[in-house]
Amino acid sequence: MSYRQARYDVELIQKMGDKGDVILPLPEDDEIPSELRRTSLDIPNLRENEVVRHYTNLSQMNFGIDNGFYPLGSCTMKYNPKYADILSSLPTVTDIHPCQDEEGVQGSLQLMYELEKSLAAISGMDAISLQPAAGAHGEFTGMLIIKAYHEGLGELRKEVIVPDTAHGTNPASAAMAGFEVVEIPSNEDGRVDLSALEAAISPRTAALMLTNPNTLGIFEKDIVKMAEIVHDAGGLLYYDGANLNAVMGRTNPGVMGFDVMHFNLHKTFATPHGGGGPGAGPVGVKAFLEPFLPAPRITLKNGTYHLTYDAKSIGKVRSFYGNFAVLVRAYAYILKCGSDGLKKVSDKAVLNSNYLCNKLVPSYDMPFKKLRKHEFVISAKRLKEERDITAMDISKRLLDYGMMAPTVYFPSLVEEALMIEPTETESIETLDQFADIMLSIMAEDPDLVKNSPYNTSVRRVDEVHAARELILSYLRLKRHLGDMQEIEEKHDVANNLMSDDYTGTE
Amino acid sequence: MTDERMLKSLGIDSIDDLFSDIPASVGIDDIDIPSGASEMEVIRKVTEILSANVTAYDHPCFMGGGVYNRFIPSAVKAIISRSEFVTSYTPYQAEVSQGMLQALFEYQSYIAELTGMEAVNSSNYDAATALGEAAAMCYRINKRKKFLIPQVINCDKRSTLRNYVKGIDMDIIEYSYDFDTGEVDLNDIMRKLDEDVAGVYIEVPNFLGVIDRQTVDIKSIIGDALLVVGVDPISLSLLKAPSSYGADIVIGEGQSLGSPMNFGGPMLGLFGCRQELVRKMPGRIIGLTKDAEGNRAFCMTLQTREQHIRRSRATSNICTNEALMAVAAAAYLAIVGRDGLQTIARSNMAIARKLRDALSSVDGVECSTLEAPFFNEFPARLPIKPEKMSKILLRNGIIGGVPLAKHVPEMGDCMLFAATEMVTDSDIDKLINIMGAIV
Ligand SMILES: Cc1ncc(COP(=O)(O)O)c(C=O)c1O
Repeated sequence: MSYRQARYDVELIQKMGDKGDVILPLPEDDEIPSELRRTSLDIPNLRENEVVRHYTNLSQMNFGIDNGFYPLGSCTMKYNPKYADILSSLPTVTDIHPCQDEEGVQGSLQLMYELEKSLAAISGMDAISLQPAAGAHGEFTGMLIIKAYHEGLGELRKEVIVPDTAHGTNPASAAMAGFEVVEIPSNEDGRVDLSALEAAISPRTAALMLTNPNTLGIFEKDIVKMAEIVHDAGGLLYYDGANLNAVMGRTNPGVMGFDVMHFNLHKTFATPHGGGGPGAGPVGVKAFLEPFLPAPRITLKNGTYHLTYDAKSIGKVRSFYGNFAVLVRAYAYILKCGSDGLKKVSDKAVLNSNYLCNKLVPSYDMPFKKLRKHEFVISAKRLKEERDITAMDISKRLLDYGMMAPTVYFPSLVEEALMIEPTETESIETLDQFADIMLSIMAEDPDLVKNSPYNTSVRRVDEVHAARELILSYLRLKRHLGDMQEIEEKHDVANNLMSDDYTGTE
Repeated sequence: MTDERMLKSLGIDSIDDLFSDIPASVGIDDIDIPSGASEMEVIRKVTEILSANVTAYDHPCFMGGGVYNRFIPSAVKAIISRSEFVTSYTPYQAEVSQGMLQALFEYQSYIAELTGMEAVNSSNYDAATALGEAAAMCYRINKRKKFLIPQVINCDKRSTLRNYVKGIDMDIIEYSYDFDTGEVDLNDIMRKLDEDVAGVYIEVPNFLGVIDRQTVDIKSIIGDALLVVGVDPISLSLLKAPSSYGADIVIGEGQSLGSPMNFGGPMLGLFGCRQELVRKMPGRIIGLTKDAEGNRAFCMTLQTREQHIRRSRATSNICTNEALMAVAAAAYLAIVGRDGLQTIARSNMAIARKLRDALSSVDGVECSTLEAPFFNEFPARLPIKPEKMSKILLRNGIIGGVPLAKHVPEMGDCMLFAATEMVTDSDIDKLINIMGAIV
């Protein structure tokens, strides 16, 4: 397969158009106080078609799921159905102000109310808040709920236990909520080590955060025992819903014994990731925690929906009610799939993953040779030792074939990790093709692989240089590089960054 | 068929075998929701549910308070509908993601120009969470545990902020507001300052729309506490960059820049800081660099501050952010340009004044409650309860202002009116006629 990504010399938009920073003449009755009046604004005036070309060309130098296979482990990059685009751009979605009177937003409230019910049914939780903007935001919200719960009981519980396979947001969110993070190791099967859990648990334990299947793609089959250990000690169980795509219709966090969870609607429920966001990270809780959910809640009374505020609520974790336009997409997706469809989604995601895994192993090593769910983690350690090809090299080389790279170097307990999640929306032909490429890269000239990629818009990018120079805006560039003319002529900022008149940051 | 082939290659007969490690005790039979529907049915059903909404598309809208009904050039929508942008993940693999990376760098650059902050991240969730993160960042910088905020502030921001500082046990202290002038009480800030104050937050324009002249004096009175400024990016085309009066961190709501109101989400949290503080800043950051051949390139940078590396010691837990809204902001600013942005801001001011004058002519409505100059929003005291007024206006096809009781209890009899370029003369006439008939 041959692939060539578009490559244009696209000037920074700040350098295009007219060069000026003049302020328009002041109106006679200008009311801006002189102390605060702006005197210059360096933003170019551009023609609309120039701007459209600029961003169209940039978009062609970007790789999305609509461009090709995206086996980015943990991120569930499935196809994003187009009906959701249409629905989320209706004026009844876009042109609604969040402070409008309830009477004027009954449609929004109904959709959210019903989405909450569906998410509760899917997860086995009792109540949902759609407020958090992303998975990590949901984790933080969940941690605040857990904190409020323990405080309500008059208990000071300061520790949250997190397995070493946990996603980085788990410990980060727990710490943000003021908890001390206790990390526990995995056992030789790649699952939580029960004795380590028992050793870590104490009256200080506020919660255990877990995703199941875990980030190795392995189902934590001792989950009932784990829940018992945590609950017996008075702690709560938090479920990271990022891996929900593996088990819908087969099990759910509710029956597994989890008390609090978040969903990643931008993973499991097919909403697009937008190059980094927006997403949505609703939280779900068991009934005894419902009063703590963020405010307001959506309630239904005599056929009318209301926004209600519970006194025990933790309050707000952001403005308004959630990433509504994302919620609309997820609502439509759940409607489209239905109960039968969602089960098929998970079944197929797991089948695709195991099929692909089977094609790659044993050519690639896989620590913890166990049944996988929707994703699996292989190691390039042997390849690194024998041929000096690292997981990073493989990931870069894959780009040359028009395939997005897997997640690399995560989870950290696997050396030279490549975390692969094909999702249910890929065909067997794509999986075969990916496997063939992965196997052929193993045999390629190491130098060729190490210097890849070649067919992308730019060659291997120097991240160390970026962190050293810390040019994060055109303003910085302008202030610290002096003569912009020179840069424009060369259109080679890199060399200019190295010039003598540039004095770095730190 | 394919599935059978795949099962066969795995040496198993049924997909059930792939779930054999799930104990029966946690197994379920079914998900209790209806079975699937066709695309046509889905589109019809969702459209129908949403049709109960009253939109600013069909009705005059005078609502602001942080979210504004603005005109979005069609080209912005076209640009952020490019599926290469829409369907991509966070640009971890820089080599195939230069488009998104450059667009985000351009976004950071636009916000840097408007705010004067050389370091800008590629988005927070919204202004409220950006404020929370800013307070926590102040603590990270100077390890002090008090944070001063204005008494007059959107209540969602106040509540979100309190939650964001729970983990560090920070005290949120409100400094008072002069309800005659509409400006902050500098003396009260001075009274509340001590060596434990990490930062002082001020908004320009403030929650009631006021452009407070004293803003420029604050830095000199707060000593070495950090100055956090909340901005409205549209107004920054006319107002000085906060860097010029000593801001250390600038936050704001970027929805006005090319994103729809969307019933409050997704929004766009603006976040910038002085270059020296960048290592303490939350969120994803895009930096300029070069590729192996020395060509200009972009990549995510300073990732060592982030959760996937630093875990519990990360500067923030942000992973997914609001990147596509940041691209919308860049596209918006590119299309309207320097002149366009100033023209929009000036027209907003002019329309807001027309609206104020018209409202003042309604019996019992009092508009000039504050002496200070304002941008595009102002409170009006109403002769009937603002919540009731909202309902009456709505039934007459108008989306009124934001009732203030929830946000500023001292102004429970007021409604906050906002004017953008979308408000026409006839919208104002309609509003005045209806209000005149009620009061
Ligand atoms: C396992 C896991 N947990 C949590 C998250 C955080 O979710 P978000 O990016 O929506 O904040 C992710 C996403 O990358 C994840 O893969």
